[in-house]
Amino acid sequence: MEESAAAVVQELRARFAAGRTRPAEWRAAQLRGLLRMATEMEAEMCDALHADVGKPKTEAHVHEISLVKSSCLFALKNLKKWMKPKKVHARLVTFPSTARIATEPLGVVLVISAWNYPLLLSLDPVIGAIAAGNAVVLKPSEVAPATSSLLAELLPRYVDSTCIKVVEGAVPETAALLEQKWDKIFYTGNSKVGRIVMGAAARHLTPVVLELGGKCPVVVDSNVNLHVAAKRIVAGKWGCNNGQACIAPDFIITTQSFAPKLIEALKKVLDKFYGKDPLLSADLSLVVNTNHFNRLKVLMDDEMVSDKVVLGGQRDEKELKIAPTIYLDVPLDSAIMKDEIFGPLLPIITVDKIHESFGLINSMAKPLAAYLFTRDSKLQEQFEMNISAGGMLLNDTGIHLTNPRLPFGGVGESGTGSYHGKFSFDAFSHRKAVLHRGFWGEAKARYPPYSPAKLKILRGVLEGKLVAMIQAILGFPRGK
Amino acid sequence: MNHPIYEPRAAFQPHGHGHTAPVRPSCPLFNTLPRADHAARSRSPRRGHQLSACAHNREQAPPPSPNSPSIHPSMGSMPEKPRHGLGSLVSGLQEVCESGVTKDLAWRRSQLKGLLRLLTEKEEEMFDVLRDDLGKHRAESYRDEIGALVKSVNHTLRNLDRWAAPEKAQAPLVSFPATALVVPEPLGVVLVFSCWNLPLGLALEPLSGALAAGNAVVVKPSELAPSTAAFLATNIPKYLDPRAVKVVLGGPEVGEQLMEHRWDKVLFTGSARIGCIILAKAAKHLTPVALELGSKCPCIVDRLDSKRDTQIAVNRIAGGKWSLCAGQACLAIDYVLVEEKFAPALIEVLKSTVKRFTATPECMARILNEKHFKRLSSYLKDRKVAASVVHGGSVNPKTLTIEPTILLNPPLDSDVMTEEIFGPILPIITVKKIEDSMKFVRSKPKPLAIYAFTRNEKLKSRIINETSSGSVTFNDAVVQYVVEGLPFGGVGQSGSGQYHGKYSFELFSNKKAVFKRSFLIEFMFRYPPWDNGKIGMLRHVFNTNYVLLLLGLIGLRR
Repeated sequence: MEESAAAVVQELRARFAAGRTRPAEWRAAQLRGLLRMATEMEAEMCDALHADVGKPKTEAHVHEISLVKSSCLFALKNLKKWMKPKKVHARLVTFPSTARIATEPLGVVLVISAWNYPLLLSLDPVIGAIAAGNAVVLKPSEVAPATSSLLAELLPRYVDSTCIKVVEGAVPETAALLEQKWDKIFYTGNSKVGRIVMGAAARHLTPVVLELGGKCPVVVDSNVNLHVAAKRIVAGKWGCNNGQACIAPDFIITTQSFAPKLIEALKKVLDKFYGKDPLLSADLSLVVNTNHFNRLKVLMDDEMVSDKVVLGGQRDEKELKIAPTIYLDVPLDSAIMKDEIFGPLLPIITVDKIHESFGLINSMAKPLAAYLFTRDSKLQEQFEMNISAGGMLLNDTGIHLTNPRLPFGGVGESGTGSYHGKFSFDAFSHRKAVLHRGFWGEAKARYPPYSPAKLKILRGVLEGKLVAMIQAILGFPRGK
Repeated sequence: MNHPIYEPRAAFQPHGHGHTAPVRPSCPLFNTLPRADHAARSRSPRRGHQLSACAHNREQAPPPSPNSPSIHPSMGSMPEKPRHGLGSLVSGLQEVCESGVTKDLAWRRSQLKGLLRLLTEKEEEMFDVLRDDLGKHRAESYRDEIGALVKSVNHTLRNLDRWAAPEKAQAPLVSFPATALVVPEPLGVVLVFSCWNLPLGLALEPLSGALAAGNAVVVKPSELAPSTAAFLATNIPKYLDPRAVKVVLGGPEVGEQLMEHRWDKVLFTGSARIGCIILAKAAKHLTPVALELGSKCPCIVDRLDSKRDTQIAVNRIAGGKWSLCAGQACLAIDYVLVEEKFAPALIEVLKSTVKRFTATPECMARILNEKHFKRLSSYLKDRKVAASVVHGGSVNPKTLTIEPTILLNPPLDSDVMTEEIFGPILPIITVKKIEDSMKFVRSKPKPLAIYAFTRNEKLKSRIINETSSGSVTFNDAVVQYVVEGLPFGGVGQSGSGQYHGKYSFELFSNKKAVFKRSFLIEFMFRYPPWDNGKIGMLRHVFNTNYVLLLLGLIGLRR
């Protein structure tokens, strides 16, 4: 296994060294290939996603295939612009000179993706890696086997398989890949494995991008359009893979007095979206597997929270289905409030005043996303100032990730590095500083043997004094 | 094209400032050398300074038990016992951060101004400590450290408001009305490990960036430049807010203890070997790390037609080697690549220039310590290398001096060509045609900098496109360090993460994506229960086909 991983890397290194992946034309051709794949194979992809997580077709289309396509289009549109060296102001100290920042590919990169959005989280980073001119190995998640094998089958048909490879497998295969030396590792998943990836990367000094999760809080003020807010919360929680998304709302914080109204509104919306018996709805994703089902079952059966259910709670172990379940006032030290829930359970924490939510959020690890619903612009401003998170979305959930002009990524426990749009290109590029100097303007003052006169000129140059600059350029002090 | 396929797979061994050789240049933070070696790392006999005596005692002290403070009380800004002390130090800084003090722009500006005052008022003292630690001439100290810092901090002060302002991003029409912003926010509590070769610059430059970005900072200066370390520990609390900026002194064990804690960012300058250890320790806490490592920086010298050009090139090469901390710098030129035919002429000019530059001994910095002296002189002991000396080559163990030395074509498998030299020895490697130099450079790990002297534009663009390095500078050396508009940092084995100017600010900031929406417009096709009509509408949204979307919305088209 180790040998085959090593062989893959060696092959890609040779291709990269030969310069195959560098030209803009190659990059664009691969992106067009991916675009064609996403268009032509839409039905197959929907089927695979349904087989893996029972994802409704619309969700598969909106959250995965469409985003892959728009990501390709955005990169294709901007590729030339991104690749162009950027001129920077070189200032007088090195006059005469021109300074540029040239972007160059890092080399051979590894993308390890996750099972919850197995298509998007595989292809979106790959798009960035290709746009930046790297050779790529993609390791899709083995927890979503249908999508994994679909990717392994389709990619060689649509893109240059000599430089873009899919390696399928579980823990041993991933470990073998991590043994190799990469120029960047891009990992999406949980923070436990994130630590392992970073530890493995350390041995080769490989930089990493870690896209992890976190408990994304939703603060709901009383000054809102309640019906719209409820719809957007429900769509972000259960309409995103039934809560199995890294940006899904994890828990709600609202005031004690407003909580009953909010719960009422959520109930109404859930009824409308998923019907009286949500276990029968075709519009809810399944829990991905028995492991995760059992993990969620433990959270639900926890004595500390089992009597706090205000809605839902039904589950069907055979079908791996859990209904949207809302809890009110669970203790903060219960298991459900400690780890990321990653499922259809939604606890509501109440506070006396909405501002108390800030302290509560700041006492926890920095989340990937923080949401606030309010019309109060002052509260919005305070939220923006006081809460640290990867991303922040006001009066909606989840959709900030669809804007390719915003960086997507975490901070602290929720990850490091960001991507999407140009940020993907940057994540897989090295910014090389390039300084051009001429042979004239030789400042003798720079060189030994040193003298007080030379120090005086150096001082002037570094302090930006024009006279000193001129003296330096003319080669003062003379005769030494 | 530029990635050397022969790059050693066990990357944590062969280069950076750290090597497989028993002695290593640069900050041996977690030095695992036997104790005898520690003792051997004593300082040059000509320095009977009291502070270095402290360092001496510390180095020879028995290995620290958890209860014995390894920070010398007279030097440290932290009298507490290290393990407990560090824990409360970190949590104290976290509280300061949470209180929001450091986020305030006025506070950040006041810190930067404090730094400027420190640099102006204590200039003489800084000259002294740098001479004491490294024998640097005041002109060199000013040019590479103090002056460069003043310039950089001024640049940061001038631009801080602009950098810290939220940046507007375009929002897609379908989410109208909405605002998209990228808001930089401080990361929290950050740790800066500096290095001994530019002990002021490599501590204060990152510090200024971390403060500009609004973080609380711990600086751990290198224990191998003890006078500067003590200077920083005494003066930083006087000029900067002591609640939010701390200096922790000590050797490898203190560094190791620091890395047991959770930081929001770590910037480390030093060797690849220690960089690996730092990264591995940081992984436990998911702490992002910027590594500023070293490498063998090549200098490609094309055939230069005029005498004047040759002289200027040689001035700059000699300046970028011997007058940059005696070659003990990550950006210093490590070796020269030149065409066979042009080599003799180049060597002649190099010889006369280096003689002129180092006519008086105080014009070149000293070798750090005995350990480094031994490492460097062992390069020259190799018989084949000794045979390649064309200038200099003499060493004096009493004064720890190594004469500026030029080698012509030493064996490529000798230590001097496989390890980062980090000293005043300059190998010259000849190639048939100057274009061959690119293949040579590519066969080595990616360096921090590539220098090239040429008037040939085609060669320039080939160097840019066919090699990979942290930076490329044409017709000069090392000056890219003071251009704030350029990011400074390595790639591959020479490190990751870039700083200087705005890049320092970005390195120590989190780019928070902020997307603001209102309750005004609400599309029901976003929500389940799903049907084909809704899918159609969503398709229009993603294809940005707003006409069809509008028709659909008012019920004219599906």
